[in-house]
Amino acid sequence: MAVSTKRTQGLADKHFHYCPGCTHGIIHRLVAEAIEELGVLEKTVGVCPVGCAVFAYDYFNCDMIEAAHGRAPAVATGVKRVLPESVVFTYQGDGDLAAIGTAETVHAAARGERITTIFVNNAVYGMTGGQMAPTTLLGQKTTTTPFGRQSSVAGYPLKVSEMVATIDGAAYVTRVAVNSPKNILRAKKAILKAFNVQLKGLGFSLVEVLSTCPTNWGLSPPEALRWVKEKMIPVYPLGDFKVPEDEV
Amino acid sequence: MPQVFFENERCKGCELCVTVCPKKIIALSAGEINSFGFHPAVLTDGTKCTGCGFCFLVCPDLAVTVVREEGGNGESTDEGE
Ligand SMILES: Cc1ncc(C[n+]2csc(CCOP(=O)(O)OP(=O)(O)O)c2C)c(N)n1
Ligand code: SF4
Ligand code: SF4
Ligand code: SF4
Repeated sequence: MAVSTKRTQGLADKHFHYCPGCTHGIIHRLVAEAIEELGVLEKTVGVCPVGCAVFAYDYFNCDMIEAAHGRAPAVATGVKRVLPESVVFTYQGDGDLAAIGTAETVHAAARGERITTIFVNNAVYGMTGGQMAPTTLLGQKTTTTPFGRQSSVAGYPLKVSEMVATIDGAAYVTRVAVNSPKNILRAKKAILKAFNVQLKGLGFSLVEVLSTCPTNWGLSPPEALRWVKEKMIPVYPLGDFKVPEDEV
Repeated sequence: MPQVFFENERCKGCELCVTVCPKKIIALSAGEINSFGFHPAVLTDGTKCTGCGFCFLVCPDLAVTVVREEGGNGESTDEGE
């Protein structure tokens, strides 16, 4: 029998608006596949960010809400508490989650909200034209750090997974990347696990995904994949930062 | 033999599939251009395809479909790093 890679039912039949080679598209597919495979498409509610993924509500084939910038975990909290049987996720960039939305993220984790956050770290504000994000690497050139980020002026890259893992309400915190087929498969497993943690009611789950922004990095899409491997992963090491004691 | 199909209108010519294919049998079509102005990806030598699915995995725009026989190798000697 012939087996075929199938387009997931978790995505609507739309073309993404993302730039060529932007890995937001890969992450969308992984999240959609996970929701479909767990059989929870009908009861999933996603919350979109402000950022390049602002139109994600057009792409996912489940109920979607658009939150104000950075507030997705607060909106997700409301949904989950009113509809505890639903599966709730937020999809947020690093500007959204790690700058304007830091408080919402930290306190959703501290409250142990049974929601799943997909945190897309591309080390830059993509949508607004490539300004420095809290996650921008030291020395990285952005439109607001034209000579490279200097710690004396702009501080240090914020390591969100490491930080969230210190919070008791966080049950599962992991960092993955989508820069190679192998890492994409690992990222898929992590996303499935995060949703399982939510389904088991174990607490807050966060999957940080190292992603590319070829447009604002000034690199071709293949070069951007290499940049993740050579520059980002050494600063943002991959792996689990917290796993539930009751392993899932 | 595995088969790989590209949906031209979805392809943005980003070359990620070109980069990860362990057999180096994907290229952007020089002659063709889709309605968004991109040169879509094409197979240069389908007979060498192992059906590993790396092109499908990495495509951000869901433009690739890989079909292979069940139990066929579908594996790659490449680690996909
Ligand atoms: C309250 C408010 N402040 C600022 C903005 C401008 N703004 C839009 S998107 C964005 C950051 C997006 O970056 P990120 O979250 O990293 O997502 P990406 O676009 O890189 O995927 C900012 C600052 C806004 N829309 N609303
Ligand atoms: S600006 Fe960057 S993050 Fe936004 S769609 Fe383009 S490549 Fe992706
Ligand atoms: S399935 Fe593997 S070998 Fe075949 S075209 Fe795709 S990446 Fe290349
Ligand atoms: S990865 Fe997808 S969008 Fe990019 S060139 Fe290959 S088929 Fe086209």
